[in-house]
Amino acid sequence: MILVWLIGIPIVAGVLAWAGEKWRADASRWISLVALCADLVLALILWARHHGGVTLVPNVAWFTEVNWLWIARWGAHFHLAMDGLSLLLVLLTVVLGIISVLASWREIQDGTGFFHLNLLWVLAGITGVFLAEDLLLFYFFWEMMLIPMYFLIAIWGHERRVYAATKFFLFTQLSSLLMLIAILGLYVLHHTATGMWTFDYPALIGTPLPPNTAMFLMLGFFVAFAVKLPVFPLHTWLPDAHTEASTAGSIVLAGLLLKTGGYGMLRFVVPLFPEAAHRFAPVAMVLAVIGIVYGALMALGQSDLKRLVAYTSVSHLGFVLLGIFAWNSLALQGAVVAMLAHGFSTGALFALVGALQERTHTREMDRLGGLWAVVPRLSGAALFFALASMGLPGLGDFIGEFLVLLGTYREHLGVTIVAVIGILASTFYALQLVQRAFHGPNARHWSIRDLLPREILMLAPMMLILLWLGLWPQPVLDTFRPAMAALQHTVSRQVGSAPTSGITGEAVARGGGGP
Amino acid sequence: MNGADWTALLPLILTGGAAIVAMVLIAVHRSHGLTLGVTLLGLVLAFVALRPAASVAPLQVTPLLIVDDFALFYLGMIIIACIAVVLLCHGYFAKCEGHAEELYVLLLLATLGSEILVTSTHFVSFFLGLEILSVALYALTAYLHTRARPLEAGIKYLVLAASSAAFLLFGMALVYAELGTMQFRDIADRIALGTGLHGAVLLAGAALLITGIGFKLGVVPFHLWTPDVYEGAPAPVTAFVATISKGGMFALLLRFFYGNGGYRVPSIYLVFTIIAVASMLVGNLLALQQRNVKRILAYSSIAHFGYLLVAFLAAGAFAVQAVTFYLVAYFITTLGAFGVIAMLSDGEREADDVDDYRGLFWRRPMLATVFTLMILSLAGIPITAGFLGKFFIIAAGASAAVWALIIILAVTSVIGLFYYLRIVIAVFSALPGEAEGMQPRVLSLSAASAGTVIVLAVLLVWFGVYPAPILNLIQVAAGGL
Repeated sequence: MILVWLIGIPIVAGVLAWAGEKWRADASRWISLVALCADLVLALILWARHHGGVTLVPNVAWFTEVNWLWIARWGAHFHLAMDGLSLLLVLLTVVLGIISVLASWREIQDGTGFFHLNLLWVLAGITGVFLAEDLLLFYFFWEMMLIPMYFLIAIWGHERRVYAATKFFLFTQLSSLLMLIAILGLYVLHHTATGMWTFDYPALIGTPLPPNTAMFLMLGFFVAFAVKLPVFPLHTWLPDAHTEASTAGSIVLAGLLLKTGGYGMLRFVVPLFPEAAHRFAPVAMVLAVIGIVYGALMALGQSDLKRLVAYTSVSHLGFVLLGIFAWNSLALQGAVVAMLAHGFSTGALFALVGALQERTHTREMDRLGGLWAVVPRLSGAALFFALASMGLPGLGDFIGEFLVLLGTYREHLGVTIVAVIGILASTFYALQLVQRAFHGPNARHWSIRDLLPREILMLAPMMLILLWLGLWPQPVLDTFRPAMAALQHTVSRQVGSAPTSGITGEAVARGGGGP
Repeated sequence: MNGADWTALLPLILTGGAAIVAMVLIAVHRSHGLTLGVTLLGLVLAFVALRPAASVAPLQVTPLLIVDDFALFYLGMIIIACIAVVLLCHGYFAKCEGHAEELYVLLLLATLGSEILVTSTHFVSFFLGLEILSVALYALTAYLHTRARPLEAGIKYLVLAASSAAFLLFGMALVYAELGTMQFRDIADRIALGTGLHGAVLLAGAALLITGIGFKLGVVPFHLWTPDVYEGAPAPVTAFVATISKGGMFALLLRFFYGNGGYRVPSIYLVFTIIAVASMLVGNLLALQQRNVKRILAYSSIAHFGYLLVAFLAAGAFAVQAVTFYLVAYFITTLGAFGVIAMLSDGEREADDVDDYRGLFWRRPMLATVFTLMILSLAGIPITAGFLGKFFIIAAGASAAVWALIIILAVTSVIGLFYYLRIVIAVFSALPGEAEGMQPRVLSLSAASAGTVIVLAVLLVWFGVYPAPILNLIQVAAGGL
């Protein structure tokens, strides 16, 4: 039942926030904040209850689930379930949601109520994506997060917001429709094989499929998630959308929306179509390293701060894709940690750039410079998160990317070497960001206010979380390990006798043991 | 005809009766409110009469008409849609000069025509229904005859519809000449008996029939009237054309071509495939060029009937249900969208430019929310019925493995997003802070219209989130075919 609350609270609070605007200007902000804090408490309660990830049923790692009949005739259920992976991603969603509300406290002055309605609904949609275990319901949430996100970019964004929002929407919508066709293809084939109409994820796992059909269906899912993640040739919406969105929009996009892509790959692409995914793995891994290197190189060439951070996302999420398709326990753990850490570090960077833009009305690095003396706290925070983003040991991103590389190394040496080049480039862009924006002479004589208490309040927890992930990630690893083991088991059970390596052989050999 | 026959036809009789009563009433005492009341009463009674009719269904009444579960469902849909149109008309025509009373007579007649279409099993009733519908529609389209555009649209519709009716009649004659029957079931039987659909005369007849039906549905290449009539006709009348007229025709298409298995004939299947693909492509691509909301909706309706034909062609276990659900969603959506347009229009002109909607959300949040929901439903976005409708169609297509068609459907509906988003973004543009200089059009909204569009929006979300009840009804209806 808690799962329903997790989604229901933001939806209801969104409507209240919209209505509250008429009553007092700040009401919608406070309503949103309170609702998200309530969500956070619920998620933490779940975590505390299931700490260590004890599972009752072997190979089914659900902590808790809700399963109601929804559309009986289609075999669709309102089926929400949570395992360690979902829990962590929901926590990320709620925390970044709170950060987004705080970050837009001053920035959003027009249409405040509607802004918070959209913000809360996009969060509800994302939470639903992380929890849905019925493919129709999943698609429902998957689409439900799009419209509010579109509004967040198109109404409260910067100069070219309509262009960026439309591009974002069309990319995601086309790929989503391909996924819908794949979902329905799977649904029909499952019926042909078993005589049962169902969208239930656990039931659909292991549907016998001819190899070529499986490949097409897998690609349908893959494209949808690859656009979100984003994977190299499908990423072009991302720099525009991230740059033109308001601060909260960028935080939600980079911190959360991209994660739905990674989550979808983990939860659906590989378990539903293990053999096809295995055959496709080399291509995916090559695309991943191209993304890593390309994103980093593009980031080096940017002068717009937001665009720079946006391209770093392409690079970082490349590691996630790499880890997922390497599909061994190390790489998978790395992929999940990388998703979480990227959410916090990039979210924080966007919040900082937003704070800077609010003060200076520019995002051009060339027009900044010499800010360290003026705003030491803001500059220090920027340095911290830039270092986190480049993968400094001791911070969260490092653990994620290191584990991914370690896992990939076992599968393919060449890919690993190229990926390391990406890390190297990340050092340059991170340092360049700090150097050009905050050091050097203060040529324009900026004199602006340093971080306000509200901003410190939102950045400090992110620093602590990144330190925690970097220094003592064990509790987090423990939380999602059973979930990953269950996924790996699902896959290895299906491929069982097939000639294997990579995706399947690893899981069989190591049985999901951690470092 | 015995008692059961009368009971079965009661909805049709009441609709026709209401038209006569309204006409006589106008001659005696001209009053907008009174005519409206009689019209609504007639329609509500007709709707209530569906229940006794259902108790005797399925029943073949004379060789011409059949009242079965399929017909009953579509009758219900048409009557409810007509009630919505009537309520919208009240608010709309109160703002225009001239008499509004005859409008309701015409609406009732057109509805009767559509009701005959969904119940007909014979070429004669088919043609009679079509003509009752069409003739009333000519007058309805040009109802505001002092304005140039409605008049132009009415004449255009008259010329094209009359010629398409001629095609249809010729097609019927050819089929009759070859098979010696005009009843749908007999046609099916004779084809099954081995005459086959091979004869050139029979195929020519089928082609002419498809032309006539395709014209009424506004599918490519018979779509040329659609944008002009949509644009020219008063908004509530456009809603009528888009829903009741086209919906009745599609029900007939289902009954005719499914009843006799005609869609399985390769050449006919091919023709419908081409029409479907062309409609999806042309409708969506031409809509991109438009800035007039009514024209956009016209082209989008062409595309939507292309989608419907995909389900029609899929012809699996799902097809009839998918088509029917999609039509329900499409009815609600179209009525809602044109309802909002009608409410924003005034006595001078239609609110049909995209610019009329700029910043609407910040001025009239409820109206804008309804309008956005309708547009999103047309675009097939979740929590609206339009999404589940599109979903159902793709499911029907997938179960029949017509992959090429559903991929075209997916790609073209993404093209469609461009123009839907353009409307949506206009509705939400110009934040309140920026909208200071704008002169909002002063409008007095009629309560009836406002209530209607809000009810439509509620239905839209209800069917989009929890469609189980309506799906059960549709299953019964589809089983009746």
